[in-house]
Amino acid sequence: MTKKNFTNAEKGWERGVIASKIANDLPHASYVNLGIGMPELVSQHIKDDREIIYHSENGLLGMGPTPNENEIDFDLINAGKKPVTILPGGSFCHHADSFSMIRGGHIDYCVLGAMEVSMNGDLANWSTGKGIPAVGGAMDLVAGAKNVFVMTQHLTKEGKPKLVEKCTLPLTGSGVVSRVYTDYAVIDITKEGFKIVEINENLSIEYLQTVTEGRVYQ
Amino acid sequence: MQINKIKTEIAEMLSDVFDGATIMVGGFGEAGSPIELLHGLIDHGAKDLTIIANNSGNGRVGLGALIGQKQVKKVICSFARSPKGITFQELYNKGEIELEVVPQGTLAERIRAAGSGIPAFYTATAVGTPLAIGKEEKIFNGKKYILEEALNADFALIKADVSDRYGNLTFKKTARNFNPIMCMAARQSLIQVRKLIEPDQTNPENVITPGIFVKKIIEIDNAIIETNAIEEGMIYP
Repeated sequence: MTKKNFTNAEKGWERGVIASKIANDLPHASYVNLGIGMPELVSQHIKDDREIIYHSENGLLGMGPTPNENEIDFDLINAGKKPVTILPGGSFCHHADSFSMIRGGHIDYCVLGAMEVSMNGDLANWSTGKGIPAVGGAMDLVAGAKNVFVMTQHLTKEGKPKLVEKCTLPLTGSGVVSRVYTDYAVIDITKEGFKIVEINENLSIEYLQTVTEGRVYQ
Repeated sequence: MQINKIKTEIAEMLSDVFDGATIMVGGFGEAGSPIELLHGLIDHGAKDLTIIANNSGNGRVGLGALIGQKQVKKVICSFARSPKGITFQELYNKGEIELEVVPQGTLAERIRAAGSGIPAFYTATAVGTPLAIGKEEKIFNGKKYILEEALNADFALIKADVSDRYGNLTFKKTARNFNPIMCMAARQSLIQVRKLIEPDQTNPENVITPGIFVKKIIEIDNAIIETNAIEEGMIYP
């Protein structure tokens, strides 16, 4: 199938707006794993009415924000290998325990980026099929977390839809995504297709359908 | 006579290493990476090694240096695509090094299983992906799983924070990562520690890795910090 290419695509929500929508959907007292990159923004938008505990795959539960320059400790890093902090009430564990939190279904939500999401919730986000293959913890997260949220731009840099009928890139997991947050809409994965939970106030459903492969409905 | 696993020379730590050995290397990125032991392995000169680690090294320090010396024939890891991973990248692109990609949690569990006498286990991770190809599938309670085998090793090179002469280890912060489970999975776990203490100073409540999983220990204070070493342009040897 030849994908459409939208070079003059509409401008959608800013990243911070998408992040705040996800932040609002994370319930109080959730254990959450935020993927490297755009999903990390979510932690900046959590309201005071709730406490969220962040998990980092490399054996850190109760992760805090980035340290000041003079507090950097290269033995205290996150899954992206960047210096972080640990909050009061936090703990360290070894890698098998850390991944038991994921694989054993103890992590309530994970938020990940995507290259493609299909109508049945397949996710491709680890490989373009070129270069050195490197998966990290993505496959464990999507297989084990109770809810898998995707945070992504609706279109690729080249203007191609990321929400597709069927993924063409190597899969990270099959039927794993529950909800997708893009700059254009918040969409649930259902048996009937991409169900619109919320659409960007400047866009029509017709437009959303043209920039999405596979049925969108409200 | 007292049990004493402490050595004073790195060469003594690595004296049993042989060509073709499978060696686990602790650490997640640079946190908990046993750089001095890896440099010792370069000096030792063992070849055709299979390395089990989360990453494939950065710069020309530690694991990156060992790979650069062409002592490694195969790397089993979850993430071999670091921007600073110059030596692995170069050999991989030339087809001179093998790579087995393993999801990080499956890697940890395969190591843990090996240390616990479990030859294989079923997991949902990677089901329906290219990494499940060729693996046995089984359905439990209506859900599909794949069979993954334990990962054993001849040696594990480990960095810990504090130890006594029995090898009761504690680790520092996220430098713990793969280190405790690799100590369990290798026939010989070889530990560099920042600080040695007397056994009566060890608080048994705080021991992370009990000494039964430890073969040899060496004290290395002021260990190399990978980020700083790379910034300073360090090349080993």
